[in-house]
Amino acid sequence: MPEKTADKVELPEATGAASEATAPEAGTPASAKARSLWSDAWHDLRRNPLFLISAVLIVLLIVMAAAPSLFTSASPRDADLAKHYLQPPNWGHFFAPDWFGYDGQGRSIYARVIYGARASILVGVGVTLAVTVLGTLVGMVAGYFGGLVDTLLSRVTDIFMGIPYLLGALVILTTFAERKVWVVILAMAFLGWTTIARVARGAVVTIKQADYVVAAKALGASTTRVLLRHILPNALAPIIVVATIALGGYIAAEATLSFLGVGLAEPTVSWGVDVSAGRQQLRNAPYVLIVPSVMVSVTVLSFLMFGDAVRNALDPKLR
Amino acid sequence: MAEPTKLAKDDEPQDDATPNVSEVETVEAASEEEAVAALDAHVERGEPILQVRNLVKHFPLTQGILFKKQIGAVKAVDGISFDLYQGETLGIVGESGCGKSTVAKLLMNLEQATAGEIFYKGQDITRLSGRALKAVRRNIQMVFQDPYTSLNPRMTVGDIIGEPFDIHPEVAPKGDRRRKVQELLDVVGLNPEYVNRYPHQFSGGQRQRIGIARGLALNPEIIICDEPVSALDVSVQAQVINLMERLQDEFNLSYVFIAHDLSIVRHISDRVGVMYLGKMAEIGTDTQIYDHPTHPYTQALLSAVPVPDPDAREGRERIILTGDVPSPANPPSGCRFRTRCWKAQDKCAEEVPLLAVPERFQGTDSPAAHESACHFAEEKDVVHAA
Amino acid sequence: MTIIDKPADVPAPRPDTDSGTPLLEVRDLHVEFKTRDGVAKAVNGVNYTVSAGETLAVLGESGSGKSVTAQAIMGILDMPPGRIPKGEILFRGEDMLKMSEEERRKIRGRKIAMIFQDALSSLNPVLSVGYQLGEMFRVHLGLSKKDAKARAIELMDRVKIPAAAARVGDYPHQFSGGMRQRIMIAMALALEPDLIIADEPTTALDVTVQAQVMDLLAELQREYNMGLILITHDLGVVADVADKIAVMYAGRIVETAPVHELYKRPAHPYTRGLLDSIPRLDQKGQELYAIKGLPPNLTRIPSGCAFNPRCPKAQDICRTEVPALSLVTEQDGTELPGRGSACHFWKETIHG
Repeated sequence: MPEKTADKVELPEATGAASEATAPEAGTPASAKARSLWSDAWHDLRRNPLFLISAVLIVLLIVMAAAPSLFTSASPRDADLAKHYLQPPNWGHFFAPDWFGYDGQGRSIYARVIYGARASILVGVGVTLAVTVLGTLVGMVAGYFGGLVDTLLSRVTDIFMGIPYLLGALVILTTFAERKVWVVILAMAFLGWTTIARVARGAVVTIKQADYVVAAKALGASTTRVLLRHILPNALAPIIVVATIALGGYIAAEATLSFLGVGLAEPTVSWGVDVSAGRQQLRNAPYVLIVPSVMVSVTVLSFLMFGDAVRNALDPKLR
Repeated sequence: MAEPTKLAKDDEPQDDATPNVSEVETVEAASEEEAVAALDAHVERGEPILQVRNLVKHFPLTQGILFKKQIGAVKAVDGISFDLYQGETLGIVGESGCGKSTVAKLLMNLEQATAGEIFYKGQDITRLSGRALKAVRRNIQMVFQDPYTSLNPRMTVGDIIGEPFDIHPEVAPKGDRRRKVQELLDVVGLNPEYVNRYPHQFSGGQRQRIGIARGLALNPEIIICDEPVSALDVSVQAQVINLMERLQDEFNLSYVFIAHDLSIVRHISDRVGVMYLGKMAEIGTDTQIYDHPTHPYTQALLSAVPVPDPDAREGRERIILTGDVPSPANPPSGCRFRTRCWKAQDKCAEEVPLLAVPERFQGTDSPAAHESACHFAEEKDVVHAA
Repeated sequence: MTIIDKPADVPAPRPDTDSGTPLLEVRDLHVEFKTRDGVAKAVNGVNYTVSAGETLAVLGESGSGKSVTAQAIMGILDMPPGRIPKGEILFRGEDMLKMSEEERRKIRGRKIAMIFQDALSSLNPVLSVGYQLGEMFRVHLGLSKKDAKARAIELMDRVKIPAAAARVGDYPHQFSGGMRQRIMIAMALALEPDLIIADEPTTALDVTVQAQVMDLLAELQREYNMGLILITHDLGVVADVADKIAVMYAGRIVETAPVHELYKRPAHPYTRGLLDSIPRLDQKGQELYAIKGLPPNLTRIPSGCAFNPRCPKAQDICRTEVPALSLVTEQDGTELPGRGSACHFWKETIHG
């Protein structure tokens, strides 16, 4: 169909002022500064309220994960049975350990929620990093070299994709007696890299046909150079988008696994573990379950919004 | 690289003085008799810098997912031969699907030839690899069609033009590179201060200049231009063409200029080859091809060019071909043009016409005495108004 | 011939070639787009008229606003980011910009049809061409499937697609570029519109096929006595078929002229520059004339005449005052019908 949007209306970029003697074509680019595509994206992001809200929340969560003691002086493991299922007091006691009440073992729910951020963020970021590295590698090799390599890697990807995610994670994690954070990360990454691999492969297949890649080859550039200088930087945008959106999903998945009793377990402080524990006194003390659940939801939502905003900025065509 | 001096101003269109019209050009522009003399000029210029012999590229058509079976081949280039001399421009024209872009890729060694040879200064480069190939690449560079996709959007202009030096560090010592890049920008008429800008900050014509600067960086002898101006606006096309001509004179470059725009090809080329369905239909000097074409396809192609002059238009004979170009996967037997040719006879279906000077013109001084692959080659002027 | 006629006060469709109201009249049309870098003024006061049986060529480079004007006429501009702050588009005397979406939809396709440059992406790849052609008849005329197919074949014959009956079930990708453009033309013709807008109809085609398609278009136009707006950047294509030409630059018409006149004696430096910058086919030229500089950035169009930074004739007045499209006359003052130039120095340009 016809070209309609403003993106596509051809707007010659340079000004017509042919004043410079050295430049017969009057080469004054539209903007005075060097503007990379990344900085253009950043320019868009800064003006997106969705991005600002989610970014503030994410920064808050990261600070929480890195330095929980900034938010509470109480320890998540201090159990005072006298405070067994103690109700939250009147609203208004900000940053007090009893803000959200106490759980069955008399531990401050507020403190546990603050300290629980670390496990969730760690798993979310850890899985995302591992998945991105592995997926990008597989996707790039498959997409760039094609042929038999591609066929083999793509079939392996398909096989992994065929494994139901939660069921697979359940099976793997139940074989571990002690489930530390890194075990959960590895198990989840082992099953989760396929999406990124596919996205990366698709991007690389398109990009490797671009004239600038052909131009680099014509100059005699080595395969490594072509991959790292030309293909990777251009394939990165869709990968980053998928990865940020997936990050929220991994946090939710970790909570789910912990809830089911195969993810993180006591004594690790984690939202999933707390949600699981909260189930027991759902009627008398619903807050024990609700507070960590809300934390999971807010975190997942933040990352989803963040991913959405990043996608809009990096790829305006998807809008 | 020869020291680029302050000549950017020469590019100013107002300067009517053309200090560097190449010798060949003047000879050919003069008159028809002298056109033949121009042919001899090649001999004087000694050995061709590039010799292409029976170049073939077939792309296999396969079926099956895991175990691929070849079921046929697209005969993109099917036996092409030509020479390129130092400092000359060889134009290659033809319609889409005729294989001209594949020829460019083969010359650049970006595709592996199925058969045939490409001799660069006597050395066959089609089977080279590794270090030897890299050395040859320094001397044969390329300018691409689409200035929007031929520059990496994530790299600055400085990095793009400087990349050849990263790949061939022997050409420019490290500390010297920034200066070299700025010189190159200056040579192609862009402000040297723009090294830190990104391609999307430039217009199409400026980007094409950046692409040309990259092609010049290694100081090559040959530049393969694949439709270098067809993506540009008319007013910018002329700027880029003038720039390319100036650079040719300055650095003694040889161009293979591939395009579908016949007027531009005539303007820039010393010799022209006409391709049809993977074969060369006719080849000769620009005067021979444009004013004395003997192949019916060339004649039809020339007569179909819309001319921006309604009066000249009305006096011209137009040959409107019927039908489309057949598929290169299944080309017609014998002469490939016979399905659309008004002269076709039984012989054309049976015998492949060879690219040679037609018998009747052999040994004559006639400008029609140039290579043409037609059994019934006949001179016919379709460009000039009757 | 048109099937559903608009209210009776509209002049009768075809026969009135030369009576009063032109088929289409664009008056002082402005279009702007919101972009990252500000408001891009794509069209800045365009006026033109097309009568039945007439071919108007709109010539311009990318960013000249030639296609945007056409999209505004068709009502297919994306709004936002596009906006029409000012102007009228009169079809048979009625302002289409004031019509309801429903009324415009009735005109679109039925009275005014459009042909695009890229036939492949304009056709639906999963439907056969026969189905897509027939759809016009089924949806707009309520024909049965069978009748619609018969009409589709008839139409394909019309645009000279060989073996139409056999190929009616084929899909777009099974046709060559030239054939696909013929199908687009057939589709535009299906409801026998009064006006066809062809946006670079042959740019994507090879020269030998270009000639075929342009000939077909011209022939059909004569036959149906349609108005044709031919949008192109190619001075050569225009020369063959147009009656009159409007040259656009930076969203304005800078010169209008009957086709032969324009090539013989351009009255605007931009037109002259364009003509001079094209190499000739029939002789080997010297260095090409090149218009210096670049087309202007539409978010920052130069003051005065938009062409002034690139113009060899520019004076102070050109930088301050926008030249109006004024009538062009012979040296002795005889009017040159249909000629206009938006240049302060048109006299020097045409007679100098």
